[in-house]
Amino acid sequence: MSEGKVVLLQGNEACAEAAIRAGVRFFAGYPITPSTEIAETLALRLPQVGGKFVQMEDEIASMAAVIGASLAGVKSMTATSGPGFSLKQENLGYAALAEVPCVVVNVQRVGPSTGLPTCPAQGDVMQARWGTHGDHPTVVYCPSSVQEAYHFTIDAVNASETLRTPTILLMDEVIGHMREKMVIPEKVTILERPGPDVEPGEYRPYDVSRSDVPPMAAFGAGYRFHVTGLYHGEDGFPIDRGPKAAQLLARVCQKVERRRAQLASVWSESCDDCEVAVVAYGSPVRVALRAVRMARAQGIKAGLVKLGILWPFPEEAIRDLAGRVKAILVPEMNLGQIVIEVDRASKGQCRVEGLSRVDGELFTPPEVLEAVRRVAP
Amino acid sequence: MSAIAEKYLRQRLLPHIWCPGCGHGILLGAILRAIEKVGIDRDKTVMVSGIGCSSRATGYMDFDTLHTTHGRALAFATGIKIARPDLKVVVVTGDGDAAAIGGNHLIHACRRNVDITTVCFNNNVYGMTSGQHSPLTPFGHMATTAPYGNVDHPFDLCDLVAAAGATFVARGTAYHVTQLVDLIALALENKGFSFVEAYSQCPTYYGRRNKLGSAVDMLEWYKKNSVPVKAAATKDPQELKGKIVTGVLKKAPREEFTEEYQRVIDTAMARLKGGRS
Ligand SMILES: Cc1ncc(C[n+]2csc(CCOP(=O)(O)OP(=O)(O)O)c2C)c(N)n1
Ligand code: SF4
Repeated sequence: MSEGKVVLLQGNEACAEAAIRAGVRFFAGYPITPSTEIAETLALRLPQVGGKFVQMEDEIASMAAVIGASLAGVKSMTATSGPGFSLKQENLGYAALAEVPCVVVNVQRVGPSTGLPTCPAQGDVMQARWGTHGDHPTVVYCPSSVQEAYHFTIDAVNASETLRTPTILLMDEVIGHMREKMVIPEKVTILERPGPDVEPGEYRPYDVSRSDVPPMAAFGAGYRFHVTGLYHGEDGFPIDRGPKAAQLLARVCQKVERRRAQLASVWSESCDDCEVAVVAYGSPVRVALRAVRMARAQGIKAGLVKLGILWPFPEEAIRDLAGRVKAILVPEMNLGQIVIEVDRASKGQCRVEGLSRVDGELFTPPEVLEAVRRVAP
Repeated sequence: MSAIAEKYLRQRLLPHIWCPGCGHGILLGAILRAIEKVGIDRDKTVMVSGIGCSSRATGYMDFDTLHTTHGRALAFATGIKIARPDLKVVVVTGDGDAAAIGGNHLIHACRRNVDITTVCFNNNVYGMTSGQHSPLTPFGHMATTAPYGNVDHPFDLCDLVAAAGATFVARGTAYHVTQLVDLIALALENKGFSFVEAYSQCPTYYGRRNKLGSAVDMLEWYKKNSVPVKAAATKDPQELKGKIVTGVLKKAPREEFTEEYQRVIDTAMARLKGGRS
């Protein structure tokens, strides 16, 4: 572990502290369990560093305010849970197409609808990928510990700023509310959005001649540029249907897809000689690790693969893994969302099975162990 | 082209896309004249709009401009202003945009009193989606979604925002352009949430379906049916039915949000220094 201060923090608090560390100075949100502590922590902490917190009238307004603040040159974030995440979707698409950096935290709860408001779930995996209308880029981080909630928040801010795209921190209630020991690292890398280096009169907000991530000016800096949710040309003004429209969408999606390997966060244990791999993300990782160790003790060649980023999906890592094992088990707190992706990426090289739990309870190690035994050759 | 249009419009985007006779161009001109009159710093001004015919106004203005999602202009604008209180923020919105889908943002923007100037282009109809009734379509009037006459009752939008806490409220029309320029200028000068409702004729959808005649006839109608606020004060409510009361309807300054929030920052920083956090 890196050097730093050892503290006892809750996942939501770690996320809030990391946001401040990463340079976030604007937060707009609307309270919803189990994400509320992020708003509460930032209401207290942001003004201490000269930042702004505003409790908006709903989640739609929060997402809108965050985009406005980001365009005004300030790193911005919002946090919510399931139903609120649904409400943010239209404006999330806006941020994706208009290329406005911002971070949306979704501490998942059981849905659909009001569901089981205070219980853990992972039901928003596909909403995080495909929630808004139309095709769009997505970067989704998924921590499985308080320490990771801290690191991934910083990563989410950095990726958002440098790629000019909204990023999502997808937690679950267990990680959001759990308190555990973690280290506040002394050194972290903080990245800034690319700025323009031309005179205001020459600035084109979507100029991709030098990079697929266009330089971004802030409102009020004299560049006088236009931002719209319509398909637009390099000058930011609306364009009509045709090849330019297709090129725009392709670019905003590809700028993320092209960096898939760079973004990927895959960690594994006991996978070198394993026959059954458990692929997990979020709080089930912790249970799966225990189950894998129990399986090893019983002579089953089991291993664990932890996904830290769900989207863009780590295709290559899963394809490699599938080529080396006999079976993959994917425990998730939904009816099977990532298992479909794992199966797709495996390309039929091994057996792929899901394990679901949607009753608002966490998996238990014996439950996962039993499933490992079931799929073991 | 007038000197003001020359100075403030993005010439290469012209001609505009509004229908012949549409009032939105007159209102755009009024905003620019008010800006010229008040003399605000153009590089420190952001123009924000939602979705609808009205929202296209921002694209033509040579400022930092933001064309957002339907109904959400005020929420985007709130983020800009709170993040950067040094910027002047102006919102252009339609009656559907502001009073229907964005109604909640509107009343909360009033309550919060963030320093934003909002001009609502009220054409009494949904123009961009071709003539459905809006929350400001008069009772009994025709619209594509009110083929038997509108049974929804309209808001008095100025009453609504005044009650919700806007600190400056005014109403004008596309006919009374000089007055409208003055009203928008006063709104720009008010420190706090200012709201100007501006009637704008939509001959294409509202006018035609309700047999109100040409754009000129509609402007004549505004002329005949407007009552200055002072004259209205002496009339009884029955007499004012269906009339447009114009002028400054409310002016009641109070604490502005970003200034209040600066006090929060000062307090939080002082406490942190004093080790009392
Ligand atoms: C979420 C959403 N709902 C509906 C629409 C469709 N829509 C576009 S403009 C509009 C109405 C605009 O009317 P108004 O605000 O009165 O402006 P006008 O066009 O009359 O100037 C609607 C319903 C949309 N773009 N987005
Ligand atoms: S539809 Fe009506 S509001 Fe829209 S541009 Fe035409 S006249 Fe103007």
